[in-house]
Amino acid sequence: MNEVNNAYLLKELQEQFMDAIHSVEEPYGMLTIEIDRVQIVPLLNFLYQHPVIQMQFLTDLCGLHFPDNKGKELSVVYHLHSFTKNIRLRIKCYMPIEAPQINSITSVYEASNWQERETYDFFGIEFVGHPNLKRILNVDEMDYFPMRKEYPLEDQTRTDKDDKYFGR
Amino acid sequence: MEDNITEFDYKSEYTTLNLGPTHPATHGIFQNILTMDGEIIVDTEQTCGYIHRAFEKIAEHRPFYQITPLTDRLNYCSSPINNMGWHMTVEKLLGVDMPKRVDYMRVIIMELARIADHLICNSVIGVDVGALTGFTYVFQWREKIYDIFEEVCGARLTTNIGRIGGMERDFSPACIKKIREFLQEFPRILREFTNLLERNRIFMDRTVGVGAISTERALKYGLTGPNLRATGLDYDVRVMSPYSSYNDFDFVIPVGINGDTYDRFMVRQQEMWESHKIITQALENLPEGKFFAEVPEFYLPPKEEVYNKMEALIWHFKIVMGEADVPVGEVYHSVEGGNGELGFYLVSDGGRAAYRLHFRRPSFIYYQAYPEMIKGSTLSDAIVTMSSMNVIAGELDA
Repeated sequence: MNEVNNAYLLKELQEQFMDAIHSVEEPYGMLTIEIDRVQIVPLLNFLYQHPVIQMQFLTDLCGLHFPDNKGKELSVVYHLHSFTKNIRLRIKCYMPIEAPQINSITSVYEASNWQERETYDFFGIEFVGHPNLKRILNVDEMDYFPMRKEYPLEDQTRTDKDDKYFGR
Repeated sequence: MEDNITEFDYKSEYTTLNLGPTHPATHGIFQNILTMDGEIIVDTEQTCGYIHRAFEKIAEHRPFYQITPLTDRLNYCSSPINNMGWHMTVEKLLGVDMPKRVDYMRVIIMELARIADHLICNSVIGVDVGALTGFTYVFQWREKIYDIFEEVCGARLTTNIGRIGGMERDFSPACIKKIREFLQEFPRILREFTNLLERNRIFMDRTVGVGAISTERALKYGLTGPNLRATGLDYDVRVMSPYSSYNDFDFVIPVGINGDTYDRFMVRQQEMWESHKIITQALENLPEGKFFAEVPEFYLPPKEEVYNKMEALIWHFKIVMGEADVPVGEVYHSVEGGNGELGFYLVSDGGRAAYRLHFRRPSFIYYQAYPEMIKGSTLSDAIVTMSSMNVIAGELDA
């Protein structure tokens, strides 16, 4: 039987999703692929049901914002883990900030439910098909997405604020 | 009249109960909106975010060494594990290897923190079924662990222990003495705690079969740590992807069978014994050598050198001002935290702060399984289930 390593994993993925894979990297030993965002659910299903790889654990899901990356401003990063073969995989999907939609993966992993809500909450990425897409950590009335890079932290040295009610 | 009976709206008979946000039985700030049919829970909705402090945003504006105190405040019951996890993430990004002594010192501290975390969680399960004695008894021993932390780093709860590149100072003789005393005394205490609860009829009646979850569902929900192991799957980051020389030690991964409250309790109990074993081995075989690695860009030089040597002063200044260069790259590193796989996804663009830092907080992910675990059970069982899941509000909300 073949040993399951990054090369094998990549070969299997390329056989099935040749056109969808945009780039392949291997930073610090973890195979990282960038794929077309419409292919995310089929790809995860393929990995989940693959008889050898059995990538059945979603470790992490988070968003990123690259304001200078025109047309690919927002990204969602998935970390997957196969317990049987002990191999990890990182998948990235990019999308333009004007149309931040990606299919929800809650049909594959229930664990993604809150993580997708968190990503929506902070980056405004809309997960199509999510059962309950609303803010999770911030207040419901918030009308912006605070982890985007255009929102800086408040300048700690500003003087135009009246702090007398805060004991400062 | 017949029709009226069939159209009777049972839903109007349901009661809505707010459990939380500040309820003494939830041990943290969670809100659960329960829909109750008498005493049976029909449905529940969780709200979180009450102590959200925007750590991920703050982390994008701080040099790496200032992120360690943020990690303290995730799972504050075992903050040294979070600190070490963060240090190891940065070390992985920088590509530096630690001397064996650092690894062993870290293992000792992390396992002490695991014991402290499990002591709290398990004794709180006891409190929630009505046995306060065990809690007050083992709490003293958590204090003893905190005494050891205090000896190492000066702090007790939010420790900020260690540095990127090693430990801030070597174990002092007093510290080694305290660890040895702890190792000697702790088995007696843990055995007494075991005798109090493990085969206690009332405790077992309250916990066996309560809040059970199967392995398949647990994997779908992303459970890790003792909660996953209680279902029978032996996934432990310390063994699967060993860090900090964990592969040097001889220990077993305890697993449960049913994934219920009792199994979660038992897995933690056994893990405390295993941690005790690991600390003993690490202390016996503590290698000689340096307690820090050669990373002058990140590891603060000793104060005497800063005052007397030009080079040390320059490095000190550069580190404190956050001027050190970091490689461009992205790295994921995870450690076995007190309640599951604690991961750090760090994206660096070479700037002085992280471009993006995401914490994989285990309790944020596995708390989603809570409604499924308590549906159809009584309110008192739901409370025991929650305390046995070891959900920590600080970690939930980051």
